[in-house]
Amino acid sequence: MDFNNLISGLDRHTLDGITRGSIYALVALGYTMVYGVMKLINFAHSEVFMVGTWAVLGTYTVIGATAGDGLGMVIAATVLALLAAMLASAGTALAVERIAYRPLRKKGAPPLIFLITGIGCSMVLVEIFGQVLRVFFGRPFGRVTVNIPSVLETKTVFTIPGIDLAVSNTRILIIVGAIVMMLALDAFVNKSRLGRGVRAVAQDPDTASLMGVNQERVIMLVFVLGGAMAGVAALLYTVQYDITKFDIGFIIGLKAFTAAVLGGIGNLRGALVGGLFLGLVEVYASAVWDSSWTNVYAFVVLVVVLMFRPTGLLGESLGKARA
Amino acid sequence: MSEPTHGSTVEQEEVVLKDTSDHDEIAIETTGPDGSVLLEVDHVTLRFGGVVALNDVNFQIRRGEILGLIGPNGAGKTTCFNAMTGVYTPTEGKIRFKGTEIAGTKPHKINQLGIARTFQNIRLFPEMSAMENVMVGCDARHKTSVPGALFRIYRQRPKEEELPDNGIRRAFAKVFGISRHTLEERAGRRRSMELLRFVGIADRAHELARNLPYGYQRRLEIARALATEPELICLDEPAAGFNPAEKEDLMGLIRRIRDLGHTVLVIEHDMKLVLGVTDRIVVLEFGQKIAEGTPDEVARNPKVIAAYLGEPDDAA
Repeated sequence: MDFNNLISGLDRHTLDGITRGSIYALVALGYTMVYGVMKLINFAHSEVFMVGTWAVLGTYTVIGATAGDGLGMVIAATVLALLAAMLASAGTALAVERIAYRPLRKKGAPPLIFLITGIGCSMVLVEIFGQVLRVFFGRPFGRVTVNIPSVLETKTVFTIPGIDLAVSNTRILIIVGAIVMMLALDAFVNKSRLGRGVRAVAQDPDTASLMGVNQERVIMLVFVLGGAMAGVAALLYTVQYDITKFDIGFIIGLKAFTAAVLGGIGNLRGALVGGLFLGLVEVYASAVWDSSWTNVYAFVVLVVVLMFRPTGLLGESLGKARA
Repeated sequence: MSEPTHGSTVEQEEVVLKDTSDHDEIAIETTGPDGSVLLEVDHVTLRFGGVVALNDVNFQIRRGEILGLIGPNGAGKTTCFNAMTGVYTPTEGKIRFKGTEIAGTKPHKINQLGIARTFQNIRLFPEMSAMENVMVGCDARHKTSVPGALFRIYRQRPKEEELPDNGIRRAFAKVFGISRHTLEERAGRRRSMELLRFVGIADRAHELARNLPYGYQRRLEIARALATEPELICLDEPAAGFNPAEKEDLMGLIRRIRDLGHTVLVIEHDMKLVLGVTDRIVVLEFGQKIAEGTPDEVARNPKVIAAYLGEPDDAA
């Protein structure tokens, strides 16, 4: 145990935790929105994120962006990669909904079937990137870790005086980006017409249909929005870690799902709280004990929190998102 | 209907608690003359396994009328109602709305055709404000698609009174027009407030539905159903849990709903209300229609008295 490490580097660890937590939170939104509307855990969502990271790599490759490009190129590449990742992830989420879930819904399948189908979809997507694409295109696809050029190079932008904490451009991008996306989504769900439909279906799907809300359209919208958020998370992740891999979604998806449950699944603001909480806990615990046990800390915290607050920190419900 | 006595005004919207006399904003257009057939229950039989829930039931709802559907418990009223709103498909016979068969149509499509309903046990969106509940209903009539709402491409030239006051935004709106989505959203907001005023609960428009008193919740359900601009509005036991004064108010409200252009179907246990407000009554017993006619005819019909009314003075 090394509490001195935690205390002496508290500022640095906090920044680390918030960075990590922001990414968890963005991915968690996808789980939480789908759950809020359909009472379904979409286990294929981790792969929606994974596809996003590949879209980033693909964009950089196509436009030839590498480390050390000029400012204009860096901005262009980042924006294009963001759009591509959002599009690819939203498309993947929508495809999963159309191909896997909708036929089941039409037949009135029980909830367990949806769960196992989600896991199946997740495996299929993983294997597509781990095996199938390699057969057709060769590297970089395959069962190895792939480097993504760090187009946006990490540079210290400013140092917080007093505590002497260096804040880099990538961290600013990740934290600000995540918060902006969350505020936008929150406003969309609470203020807009489409958001009203989403909340109506979340609160009472049958009545919503009888009042003319097209449930299928709301479900599609929720998958697309959750996917787009995972796409943003994918870009931010690659900016920070510069890698991707065919199974990169698994652990991040699991952590994001944990974050969603921690915050109260079905609750948008809960995803933010849960994500940041989980990120901080992981980093703090790794500082005090061994960092190779990071995943253990995360899940121990989940179990402990759920013992005392079974509905998560903020409680369940997308409908109740209106504070 | 008596006017609400609460004096408070609500922030954000200018609330006139009095129900204004002209209802341009909320009146609907009908698709045919009064008295023409709107919904047709054509010799409908409905079986669940061996149980015959409806047996050769046959009646029509005509435009512009208030029709009562009554019968003792288990007579098949709710089943009939559910068949009419597309929940059940008749085993035999057909249900046609404006000439189109509605069996097998999805609930939101049935709503688009022009049928809306309220529920015996209140089913509002509890975590939304009264206003938002009604706006969900209004949204059903919006024409802007999802991409249209996101990108706001489809723009219209605004009328003078629709222009924003702010100089820059005003100039922008003059040059580029205002998106149809925005105009529809504003119209929806106006209509919703008008409807809340119409049913008499505008003073608490911005409270969460679950915090409203029972009587307000019932009226809010009616406002939400009206918001979808239905030609036929079906009220499922609207007077349940009401005291006599509230029932009196409700009767007035039902008549005023008809005056807006809606056709009204009322399922109700309370005989005084049904006899007092309806133009015609259909009586069901054990899944069969045993009588149909004006309130006077039905009240005098010996079969109905025997089956349902018991002692004419102390019914229901």
